[in-house]
Amino acid sequence: MSSVVIVGAGPAGIRAACTLVEHGLRPIVIDEARLAGGQGYRRPPPALSLDIKRLMGCEYGKYEALHRDFDALHDKIDYRPRTLVWAIDGNMLYLISDGRPSTQTFDKLILATGAMDKVAPLPGATLPGVFTLGGAQIALKDQGCLIGRRVAFVGSSPLLTLAAKQYRQMGAEIALIADTTPLKNKIRELPTLAKSPRTLMRGIAYQAQALASGTPILSGVTSIAIEGATRVEGVRVTTASGRERTIACDAVALGYGLKPETQLADLAGARFAYDALFNLWLPVTDADGRAADNLYLAGDGAAIGGADAAEASGALAACAVLTDLQIAVPISTMQGLRRTVSRLRAFQRGLAGAFAWPRHMIRQLPDDLTLCRCEDVSVGDVRTAMRREIAPVEINRVKAITRCGMGRCQGRVCGPALQEIVAEAAHCSGTAAGRLRGQAPIKPIALAAGSEP
Amino acid sequence: MPDHRSGQMRDTVGRVQFHRVAQHASRPVSISFDGEVIATREGESLLAALLTTRGSLRQHEFDGGRRAGFCLMGACQDCWVELADGRRLRACTTLVEDGMAVVSQVRQKGDVA
Repeated sequence: MSSVVIVGAGPAGIRAACTLVEHGLRPIVIDEARLAGGQGYRRPPPALSLDIKRLMGCEYGKYEALHRDFDALHDKIDYRPRTLVWAIDGNMLYLISDGRPSTQTFDKLILATGAMDKVAPLPGATLPGVFTLGGAQIALKDQGCLIGRRVAFVGSSPLLTLAAKQYRQMGAEIALIADTTPLKNKIRELPTLAKSPRTLMRGIAYQAQALASGTPILSGVTSIAIEGATRVEGVRVTTASGRERTIACDAVALGYGLKPETQLADLAGARFAYDALFNLWLPVTDADGRAADNLYLAGDGAAIGGADAAEASGALAACAVLTDLQIAVPISTMQGLRRTVSRLRAFQRGLAGAFAWPRHMIRQLPDDLTLCRCEDVSVGDVRTAMRREIAPVEINRVKAITRCGMGRCQGRVCGPALQEIVAEAAHCSGTAAGRLRGQAPIKPIALAAGSEP
Repeated sequence: MPDHRSGQMRDTVGRVQFHRVAQHASRPVSISFDGEVIATREGESLLAALLTTRGSLRQHEFDGGRRAGFCLMGACQDCWVELADGRRLRACTTLVEDGMAVVSQVRQKGDVA
């Protein structure tokens, strides 16, 4: 029997596994986390007294169904939690689990590697107390902890108000919700967003709840700076009308939407294309998730679509695998999944306009600002190198010279902003600036683990 | 009764960063930070155990500033801490284990391990 390997046990990976099992296959499911669910549907440790039902709100039904269905697979799949795929070479996966290295071959590989927050540097962003927006939610779901008592939610994302609502419910004070996208952009995207009326209404409800509870909500702020000497003490913003406001807080949740985790897709040979709406290099797939021979991508790791799109695209990628293995799948099933995925991803493209990456703000960031958190490379270091050296206008050359993007996170955090700084300094488009290539190991591993198992 | 979390006052930034709103009903686990004992529970992440008792995790290698993690999902690698036995651990994805002795200062070249 062919070996099908799924990497990632979030909504996409789980639905892919369910679909393969329904058709008599026994996939290997490799997941870095201890518990399945991915980030958004993260399951709290069993002994944590967290009211996850309340926290998940109207998503609880889907959350519960996903986990119930995954639990039902336990003797029908080869599930390997706490296992990192750190390299791919041909049809060989290099794994490490609890410090022990091993390898695994595959005939078909479904990557459902999910996403992380897309962030951009801000003054004070390296201070203790500044976390990603997704991280703020994970602290709550995974550990039952608030990132601070009085939290500011900043960036541009529909999740700012959702996370603020969850924090308010759990007893935090919400200092501020500050969004860099002007209100007029949100209004412009209404026709696209109205195609998913329930989701749109939910977003508006979160906004209304925040307003009703007295939280200042600022749209179209033109600058954000985090204040504090050794810790977060406040956030200073310039409002759309040009007024400066400083609001005290002890923690900041920062996010400009999500960004696919594409390192493994890169190593597995996916092609990438620059997406001018998301301002990111995204892997290219066909409608069913095929990215290369025997390589399939699903969920937010392929294209940002949210949890529902992840479930559908996971099932769809599994259908593509089955079809390619000459196992019959009803055409109506696949057509239905394709429609769901395409509708939900179109909605996310509307959101990407309503909650935009503040490209111009990022390109104008001051020289003294830390761009690369890992290697402590400033915006000015990159600009200076690009002026001085023999015309390094390509992003991987800039990385080689400045070390920006070469640190432990491999450019996951600084990459999108570096792309903008490079494009601006080279007076070129994001496409021409080039794509930061992924390298193995995709996350730090002990040197000993890299030797032959 | 002494509050086991009161050691927070000696932290360089003088403030606890995380606030626990749900409890782990699990076995007690004892770890330490620069020699100070911290009472935690099984299932708690190393990061949560440290940030509910202090304001930061480590000193950054290059800029000298304090860091307290950032993405909290194993991607940004900002929360690696060092143990007295030389092990390095990513605090957000590592669960506490009895006897883990975290040291806050990065060992410099020439220091005795």
